[in-house]
Amino acid sequence: MARVNNPSEFDPLKERDLCSFSGPAIELQDVTKRFNSFTAVDGVSFEVRPGEILGLLGPNGAGKTTIIHMLLGLTTPTSGSIRMFGLDLSRHRERILGCVNFSSSYVSMPFSLTVAECLKVFARLYDVRRPGARIEELLATFEMSEVKNKQVRTLSTGQVSRLNLAKAFINDPKILLLDEPTASLDPDIADKTRTLLLQIADKKKTAILYTSHNMQEMEKISARIVFLHRGRVIAKGRPDEVVRKFEGRDLEDAFLKVIRKPAA
Amino acid sequence: MKLHRVVAVFVRQMYLYKRSLPRLMEIFYWPLLDLVLWGFISVYLARYQANLPNFVSFFLGALILWDILFRSQLGISVSFLEDVWARNFLNLFVSPLKPSEYLVSLMLVSAVKIVMAGSVMSLLAWVFYSFNIFVVGMSLIPFILNLVALGWAIGIFTTSLILRFGQQAEILAWGIAILFQPVSAVFYPVAVLPPVLRMFARYVPSSYVFEGMREVIATGRLPVGKLLWATGLNAVYLVVVIAIFYGIFRAVKKKGLLARIGE
Repeated sequence: MARVNNPSEFDPLKERDLCSFSGPAIELQDVTKRFNSFTAVDGVSFEVRPGEILGLLGPNGAGKTTIIHMLLGLTTPTSGSIRMFGLDLSRHRERILGCVNFSSSYVSMPFSLTVAECLKVFARLYDVRRPGARIEELLATFEMSEVKNKQVRTLSTGQVSRLNLAKAFINDPKILLLDEPTASLDPDIADKTRTLLLQIADKKKTAILYTSHNMQEMEKISARIVFLHRGRVIAKGRPDEVVRKFEGRDLEDAFLKVIRKPAA
Repeated sequence: MKLHRVVAVFVRQMYLYKRSLPRLMEIFYWPLLDLVLWGFISVYLARYQANLPNFVSFFLGALILWDILFRSQLGISVSFLEDVWARNFLNLFVSPLKPSEYLVSLMLVSAVKIVMAGSVMSLLAWVFYSFNIFVVGMSLIPFILNLVALGWAIGIFTTSLILRFGQQAEILAWGIAILFQPVSAVFYPVAVLPPVLRMFARYVPSSYVFEGMREVIATGRLPVGKLLWATGLNAVYLVVVIAIFYGIFRAVKKKGLLARIGE
């Protein structure tokens, strides 16, 4: 299928076209989210391009997870606009989410199902063609072939995280939203996951939005970083630009300088 | 609505019953206990109260039909709770799955549970008490459909409350249908209710079904008027609870609670 380069030629009614859209994959414009009197996200704007890995950096409560939840349609913004593949998320949720997927170390899978059953359910949910072959491929990638017939309740935390990642790749997404995906992985699997993310961003032009508290990881794989603090963007740019802005030795040092600075 | 997504959620629920004895017991255990208990009570009363006609038919018919209503409600709300308990709700709703597709899947799960529990209960009532549920004839079908519709309406309403108030409201999954039992006139006619409850019973679809069932057993005639009342009320109930479900779903997204269900 030909790539759709011009947004004006883009037909949102064709779901397959959505997955080959080459404009900004994610665009947030002046997005604010308030929960009663608390402002979790305050006028945030950024975009993620196809093939780009963008790291969302910030301390706990900075608004990272709220932004991811808004991008997944789980929470509605109080104001501002979210566009994915050039389409308004609030109006085209179903079409957009068919080409998006998500993984978090903090989300579980049905405990009573086996690994293979979980993946079969999600393959069906995303209407994956040749699901059997896709599942085998993902089980091999995440080194889970041996546990494919084991119930989720019997898996270790790291194995559940890998299952979550396998689920996130099931529909070959064009946008991948990852909330601390390597938090409970051993260094070997975490390293392989990072390599895989770099490969799919490069080869498949998948846009990846990524949160992590592992600063080295963030520095290593993010093309750009959006630094959030108290719901606001306080810096945007390449990792080295963010480090320079806050006069840090590295990203961790810059991070600590920002969050330990007393509020004005 | 996409069939593959409806089937995905249905298959996910069916996998749960493949290897879980406690879950299978939930379908069979309580109905069987009810049947044994009420079966013996009916036989005893029939023996000593000979002036009450068709006593066993009244009681066992009512019991099986009530269980259909109760199971159809549980089929929706407990299946929903399975996703809450497994903290899987978020994974489902970050996919293109629509709330309507999710509800239809739960209705399918509920239908399977009803067929399983209803078949076993009917068979055992026939084996142990020589009671044939089909004594009610073809009118059994609209009666059952009406009870299933009410069970779904209560199930969707319960699900909406759990969605809004979280797991602290999960006890409602077993409690709300029971609230309908006294005014449904399951084991006695509406006429025995005090005037206030009689007024409530007029707006409860199941009261027309159970009154109708007794009329069919006693006279052999299908009370069309009662069936129409039950069907009309059920249609209103379903429209109202679906509107409530969508309203709560929107409110929950606004409050950011959808992502926190099960935490």
